[in-house]
Amino acid sequence: MDKAEILVIGSGPAGLKAALSAAEQGAEVTLVERDPFLGGQLVKQTHMFFGSKEQYAAERGFKIAEKLSREVEAHPGIRVLCDTTALGYYDDGVVSLEVKGRFATVKPQSLIMATGAQENTLMFPNCDLPGVYGAGAVQTLMNVHGIIPGKRVAMVGAGNIGVIVSYQLLQAGVEVPAIVEALPHIGAYHVHASKVRRMGVPIYTSHTVLSAHGKDSLEKITMVAIDQDRQPVAGTEQELDVDVLCIAVGLTPLTEILFQAGCKMVYIPELGGHVAMRSDTLETSVPNIFVCGDVGGIEEASAAMVEGSIAGLTAARNFGYGKDSYEDQLAAARRELDSLRSGPVGEKIRSGLKRLSSFGEVTQ
Amino acid sequence: MSDKTIICRCEDLTVEEIREWISKGCDGFEEIKRATRIGMGACQGRTCRRHLIAELAHANQKSPAEIDLSTFRPPTKPLKFGAVAGVDQDD
Ligand SMILES: Cc1cc2nc3c(=O)[nH]c(=O)nc-3n(C[C@H](O)[C@H](O)[C@H](O)COP(=O)(O)OP(=O)(O)OC[C@H]3O[C@@H](n4cnc5c(N)ncnc54)[C@H](O)[C@@H]3O)c2cc1C
Repeated sequence: MDKAEILVIGSGPAGLKAALSAAEQGAEVTLVERDPFLGGQLVKQTHMFFGSKEQYAAERGFKIAEKLSREVEAHPGIRVLCDTTALGYYDDGVVSLEVKGRFATVKPQSLIMATGAQENTLMFPNCDLPGVYGAGAVQTLMNVHGIIPGKRVAMVGAGNIGVIVSYQLLQAGVEVPAIVEALPHIGAYHVHASKVRRMGVPIYTSHTVLSAHGKDSLEKITMVAIDQDRQPVAGTEQELDVDVLCIAVGLTPLTEILFQAGCKMVYIPELGGHVAMRSDTLETSVPNIFVCGDVGGIEEASAAMVEGSIAGLTAARNFGYGKDSYEDQLAAARRELDSLRSGPVGEKIRSGLKRLSSFGEVTQ
Repeated sequence: MSDKTIICRCEDLTVEEIREWISKGCDGFEEIKRATRIGMGACQGRTCRRHLIAELAHANQKSPAEIDLSTFRPPTKPLKFGAVAGVDQDD
């Protein structure tokens, strides 16, 4: 069995920053990533990022991933294991891994969870037909592998993800005849939504997908208007010929390992589902287990990076590294987070965190 | 929702089957998992968990926060026997 001082699981913006911050303090870090490459969600993001200047706003997501990955790979204090999935956590603090197809175990002194999130699906008749995709899969196909998913794509979800992926589909020459949104309003930032509207894509708010149709794969969907109780309004059914339905209806934090580790978990709808209770330095109810990024609540890459820094710095500090500079660096990161979460765009995350703190201080 | 709507793809379960079990009184997460294997397939419940929580909350007139989940057991993804068999024996 291997030993590790700090084990970081997941190499999205949160995990990359956590690994770097801890290693820069002098800690020994092992970073595991189930994909063959580092970067998490960032790898698929070809658009320019919103967020703050410090967190690389106006750079394209995959560029940020490249930059951080290079720093991580060059750092002598970080051991990087790609094609490596964390499988479980056991009572004695052992983490099991599948490393390039082989089973292995590691016993870290500190664990930083940066596993991100899983896409939500929708249930409707024939939701299992080939041609019904999650937005993540569509982005991976197009932006990582250069393959278009189909010719005519209906999008479900007018949040940032749905709208940005619609735009990327249009850029790839794919038709997008409709964006269907259950809420009465568009959730995406104005800049993104107005771009697709200008390109002629109708956004149907207060609508949902009633059913999908097709023999061997998707040929058609039926959409319908819904009332305040989310019930279909009779007589408003519309059929749409499409070969792909792309679902972008939110994400759920990937928390299995936190449950296994016995971290206190609570259900916070604004954060995307069950999340770990944690201190203001992101330590869970189990000492030396930290959370950062989307696994602690669905937010953005910018906040994920700052949270990664906080978790990395604190994990390292717990072993005596970087004690002198810790308070200053922590204070700077906190200010950064507060500013990212201020204003109307931070509304949801603020109310989620408030609800989380209503469960009381995390005790270990 | 029609009878054939799939809730758990890995175990090929329809919403109707799940609702039937719930109406028979099998209305806890753990119970229904034992009865039907929902969430025990390849994706380990990552796709259906949210839907099952919603069904149970609706049937029991509770909020999703009040639904007790079942135990999360390793491994979190399917693993080949060969991977396990090749484990180093020194620990
Ligand atoms: C279409 C789209 C557009 C976006 N646009 C923006 C934007 O403009 N600005 C912005 O700030 N944010 C944006 N975001 C959000 C941003 O991408 C995410 O919030 C961010 O990537 C979360 O970072 P993370 O590190 O927490 O998780 P992720 O990036 O999801 O990374 C998690 C990593 O953990 C790995 N992993 C998971 N489980 C395991 C395991 N058991 N073992 C090993 N590895 C594991 C995964 O493979 C993954 O690489 C966008 C997201 C999408 C989908």
